[in-house]
Amino acid sequence: MIGVLTVPLATGPGLLTRIGASVLQVVAVGVGGPLLLGLMGKIRARAEGRIGPPIIQGLLDLRKLVRKEAIRAEHTSAVAALAPLVLVASAAVAAAVTPLVTTRPVIGGGADAFAVVYLLLMGSVALALGGLDAGTAFGGMGSSRAMTIGAISEPALLVAVLALAVQAHTSNLPGIVTASLSHPEWLASPERLLALAALVVVVIAETGRIPVDNPSTHLELTMIHEAMILEYAGPDLALVTVGEAMRLGLLLGLVANLFFPWGIAVSGGGFALLVGLVVLGAKTAAIAVLVALVEVSTAKLRLFRVPELLAGGFVLAAVAVTTGLVTR
Amino acid sequence: MSTAAYLIGLGIASAAALLGAVLPARRRLLGAAVLSSAACLAALAGAGDVLVSGHAFSLHTAQVLPLTGVDLSLDPLGAIFVVTTAVVGLAVSCYSVGYGAHQTPSRTATAMLPAFLTTLLLVPAAASLATFMVAWELMALASLLALLTEHRRRRETRDAAQWYAVMTHIGAAAILLGLVLLAAHAGGQSFAAIAAHRRHLSVPLASVVFLLTLFGFASKAGAVPLHVWLPRAHPEAPSPVSALMSGAMVNLGIYGILRVGEDLLGGGELWWWLVVAALGVVSAVFGALHAAASTDTKRLLAYSTVDNIGLVLIGVGAAGALAAGGEQALAGLVLLAALFHLVNHALFKGCLFLGAGAVQHAAGTRDLDRLGGIARKMPATAVLFGIGALSISALPGLNGFASEWLLLEGLLHGFASHSAVTEAALLAGVATLAITGGLTATAFVKALGVGFLGQPRSEGAGDAREVGPSMLAGMGLLAGGCVVLGVVPGVVLPALDRATTAGLAAGAPRAVLPGLGLALASVRGAIDPALLVGGLLVGIVVIWGALRLVPRSADLRSPRRAAAWGCGRELQTARMEITATSFAEPLQRVFADVLRPDHDLEVTHTAESRYFPEAISFHQRVDDAIERVVYRPVMAAVTWWGRLARRVPNGSVHRYLAFGFAALVLVLVVLA
Amino acid sequence: MQLRHVDAGSCNGCEIEIAQAFAPVSDAGRFGARLVASPRHADGLLVTGVVTKNMAVPLQMTFEATPRPRVVVACGDCAVSGGVFAGAYGVVGSVRDVLPVDVEIPGCPPEPSEITEALRRLTGR
Repeated sequence: MIGVLTVPLATGPGLLTRIGASVLQVVAVGVGGPLLLGLMGKIRARAEGRIGPPIIQGLLDLRKLVRKEAIRAEHTSAVAALAPLVLVASAAVAAAVTPLVTTRPVIGGGADAFAVVYLLLMGSVALALGGLDAGTAFGGMGSSRAMTIGAISEPALLVAVLALAVQAHTSNLPGIVTASLSHPEWLASPERLLALAALVVVVIAETGRIPVDNPSTHLELTMIHEAMILEYAGPDLALVTVGEAMRLGLLLGLVANLFFPWGIAVSGGGFALLVGLVVLGAKTAAIAVLVALVEVSTAKLRLFRVPELLAGGFVLAAVAVTTGLVTR
Repeated sequence: MSTAAYLIGLGIASAAALLGAVLPARRRLLGAAVLSSAACLAALAGAGDVLVSGHAFSLHTAQVLPLTGVDLSLDPLGAIFVVTTAVVGLAVSCYSVGYGAHQTPSRTATAMLPAFLTTLLLVPAAASLATFMVAWELMALASLLALLTEHRRRRETRDAAQWYAVMTHIGAAAILLGLVLLAAHAGGQSFAAIAAHRRHLSVPLASVVFLLTLFGFASKAGAVPLHVWLPRAHPEAPSPVSALMSGAMVNLGIYGILRVGEDLLGGGELWWWLVVAALGVVSAVFGALHAAASTDTKRLLAYSTVDNIGLVLIGVGAAGALAAGGEQALAGLVLLAALFHLVNHALFKGCLFLGAGAVQHAAGTRDLDRLGGIARKMPATAVLFGIGALSISALPGLNGFASEWLLLEGLLHGFASHSAVTEAALLAGVATLAITGGLTATAFVKALGVGFLGQPRSEGAGDAREVGPSMLAGMGLLAGGCVVLGVVPGVVLPALDRATTAGLAAGAPRAVLPGLGLALASVRGAIDPALLVGGLLVGIVVIWGALRLVPRSADLRSPRRAAAWGCGRELQTARMEITATSFAEPLQRVFADVLRPDHDLEVTHTAESRYFPEAISFHQRVDDAIERVVYRPVMAAVTWWGRLARRVPNGSVHRYLAFGFAALVLVLVVLA
Repeated sequence: MQLRHVDAGSCNGCEIEIAQAFAPVSDAGRFGARLVASPRHADGLLVTGVVTKNMAVPLQMTFEATPRPRVVVACGDCAVSGGVFAGAYGVVGSVRDVLPVDVEIPGCPPEPSEITEALRRLTGR
C-alpha cells in the first residue's frame, strides 16, 4: 500500500532544463515582485488622482539601496545580519519549487504545499527575530504584532491548502496544478471557491496590505510590518524589501495558478516557458490590480479587528475542506 | 546480545544511583554522571539492536519480586521509548556534571537522577502487571524525589510536588485498577497471557479497562485536563530532571496508551481512539495558547510539552481510529508520524530545558521579562537553544518540520478512509496542527527573541557568563540530533517503522520510505529536507556573495555600528525594550476567552488634581483556567468535607465509644 | 530619493506645504521621491523649522542614523536662516549651524512647486 516515490530530485536529461526553469522562476519572482508592488502603487496613485512613481521605481530603489552603507545597531547579534538573508533565501527556495512558470520545477516531487507554507513561516520568523535583535521598543512591538497575525493567518493558509490537497489527492503543488488542468470543472467547485476566498484573506495578511496593515504608514504605533524593519539600512533593507516583494509575487502567482492554471508550461521547452512567464505576469498583474483597487477603497482595520477577519478566513477554509469531503 | 546490553545498562544505572548516594562529596557528581552515561550507552545498544533487528527479547526470573517474579520483554515498540530515554539520559548525565559543579548537590540529588533514569529505562520493558506497576510506581517516586532536590524549601516547589504526587498517584491507581480487572479476566498477569486472552473480553469490560488506563496514562502524559501538575512541576524541578520528565517520562504515558489499547486490548472500539484524539486536540490548543502567553521560560516549555503531547495523541488517536476501521496501512503511517514526533519532541524539548537551565544557572532567573541579551553573553548556549526553538517551531531543515509534515501528510492520507466520524476527527486534527503551528512559532520567537536577543533587562542577565563544556556538550548532543533528523529524517524511519508494526494490533504492512516520500494508492506527497536545506544554504551564499560584488565606495563597504534607532529619543534604555508580557499581549487579548487573564490596575493621583497620576501599578497573571474551573471547586469540596469530618471527633470519650458501638452494630447487620 | 522628515521646531506651515507637494497637483512622488518612516531607510533628511534646543540633539542623532551617502534639505526660511525666530531664546540656530546642508528651499512657507522643484534637483529627474 505505502509505496516508494522515487523522484525527489528529477534525474536524467530533464535535470538541466528543470534547474533552468527553477532559476527562471526565482528571477521572475525576484524581478516581478517589485514590479507588482510598483504596479499596485501606480494603480493607487491613479485612483487618487496622482500620476505616481513609475512602475520600475521599486527596482531603481533596490539598485540604489545595495550601493548604500549598511548600518547595524550596536548590541545586535548575528541574527540581525542573517535575518534578511534567510528571508530572501527562503522565499527564493519556495519560488524555485512552486509551479509558477512551469509545472516541472526542480525537485518537483518534493514541491510540497505544506513545505512551501513552512518556508514562508521561516521568513516570518527570521524577520520577527531580526526585529527583536536591536532591543528597541518599536521593533519588538512590530515582531509581536506580526507574529500574532501570522499565528492566525498560518492556520487558514494550511487548511486552505489542505482543501486543495484533498480534492487533488496530493499535497504536491505541481500535482495539484496538473490535476486542475485536467479537471477544469474543479475550478468552479464550491470547495475551490471557498478556499480561494480564504487564500485571498491570507495573502492580504501575509503581505501586509490594507485592511490588515498599511505599508505606507509613518506613524510607528500603527505599524505592523514596517515597525520590524525600522532598523535596516542599505543592502539589508534592499534584501528585506526584495524578500517581501518576492513573497507577494510568490503568493499571488500561487493563487493565480491554483485557481486559474491555464498558460503554465507543462513541457520543458523554451517557448512554453516563455508563454508561461508572460501568462504568469498577466495573471498576477490582474490580481495585483484587484488588490490595489480594494486597498484604495477600504480603510485599515483596527489591529484587534484583524484576527476576526483572519478567523473568518480560517472558517472559510475549514468549510471548504468539509464541503469537499461531503460532495465527494 | 541485546538482552545482555540492556540488562547491563539497567545494572550500571542502578549502580550509579547507589554510588551517587554513598560516594564522598567530591567524587559523587562525576562518578554518578559517568556511570549513568555508560548505562545510557549500554541501554542504547540493547534497545537499538532490538529496533534494527526487529527481534524482541523476553526473560522471566522468579527473583527480585516476591510471588510474581520479574518479567522483562523488549519489543520494537518499547525499544523506541528506551532509545529515546537513553539519548536524553546521555545528554542529561553529561549536562549534570556542569550543572552541579558550582555547588555540590546533596546525596539525594546525585542518587535520584540515575534512579529516575533507571526506572525510565525499565518501564517500557516491563512485561507483566506486577513488574509494570512496580516500575511505574518507582518511576513516580524517583521523579518526585528528584523534583524536590533543588529548591525543596521554596513554597512553589512544595506545591508543585504535592500536585504532582496527587495526580500521579490517582493516575497510578486508575492504571492498577484497569490492569487488575484485565488480569483477573485473563487468568494471568503477564502481558503475553493478557494479550492472548483479548478475544474473550466483553466490549463493556474492555472499554472500562481502556478508559481507566487512559485516565492514568493521560495524566502522566500531561493531557488536558489532567495536565495541571505539569506546568507546576517542570519549572520547579532542577533542569536535568525537567529535561528527563519532558523528554522521557511524559512519553511513557503515550507508551502506556499504545501498549494497553493496541497490544493488550487489541485495538478495540473506534470511539476509544476518538476520545484519545479529542484529548489530543484539547491539549494541543490549550498548551500552545498558554505557551504563547507564558513569560517564565520553563513554564512556557512545560505548556509546550502539553501542546506537543497533544499532537502525538492526535496521531495515536487517528491511528487507532483508522486501525479500528480496518485501514491498517493508513493507521501505520499516522502512528509512525506520531512516534516520529514523539522522538523529535524528546530531542528538542530536552535541549530547550537544558538550555533554559543553563540560562537560569548563569543569569539567576528564568523570567523572560528579566532576561535579554543572552546571545552575546552566552553565544553557544544561544545557538543550541535557538536550534531547539526553531525545531519546535517546525522550520524546514529541522526535525520538528519533518515530523509535523509527516503527521499532516498522514492525516491527509487518512481522508481516503470512508468513515465520516474518522474524517471529522482527522479534520479537527489538521486544524489543530495548523493552529498550534502558528502559536508555537510565536511562543518560541518570544522565548528566543526576548530572552536571548536585545539588551539585558536585569543585572543578572547582564552579568551572565557562558556555561562549561559539559553542559554545552549535553545540549549539543540533543541539538545535533535535531539537525540530523531534520536534514536526513530517512535514517530513523526504518526503526520507527518496526516500532509502528509492533505497536498496531493487527500489524501494519511494512512501509519503506526513502527520504520522506510516500505514495499511497490514492494520495501522494514527498519532501526532501536535505534538498531544501541545500537550496537555502546555496541561496544565502549566493545572495551574500552577490552583495559583496556590488561596486561601492571603499568607506561604505563594511557595515557601520550605530546606536539603535529610537526615534531620536535620548536615554534609550533596556527598560524601553519590549518584554515577554507585552510581546504576548496581542495574542492574549485575541484569545482572552480561553486564557482568562487577571488584570489589576491601580492608579494613585496627586493630591492636587485627579488629572495627574502619581503612580500606576499594573499586575497581570494568566492562571490555568482549567485548574481554576475544574480543580479548585473539587479541592474546595474536599476541604469542606474534611472540615465537616473534623467536627465529628470533639474529644468526648463517650462519643467515641458510641461510634465504636454503632460501627460494630453496622458490621453485624451487614454480616447477618 | 527617500527622505526622513524632521520637524526641528517648525510652526507646521512647511509641513502643510510638504503634504501638498506630495498631493495630486504637484505630485513629487512621480519623480521617485518618498517620505519614509525611519532615517535608516532614507537617503537624506528633510528638515523644517528653526533648530530648537530640545531638537538639536535628536536632529543630530537622526542624521547619524542615516546611511551614507546622505543629504540634508533645509525646507523653509526658518530652517535656512532662522527666519523670524533667528536669535530667539531656546533656539540653537538654523539647520546649517547643526548639520551640513546640501539643498536649501527658501520661502515662508515655500510653495509645493518649489519643494518639488528642489526634490527633482536631488533625484535628477
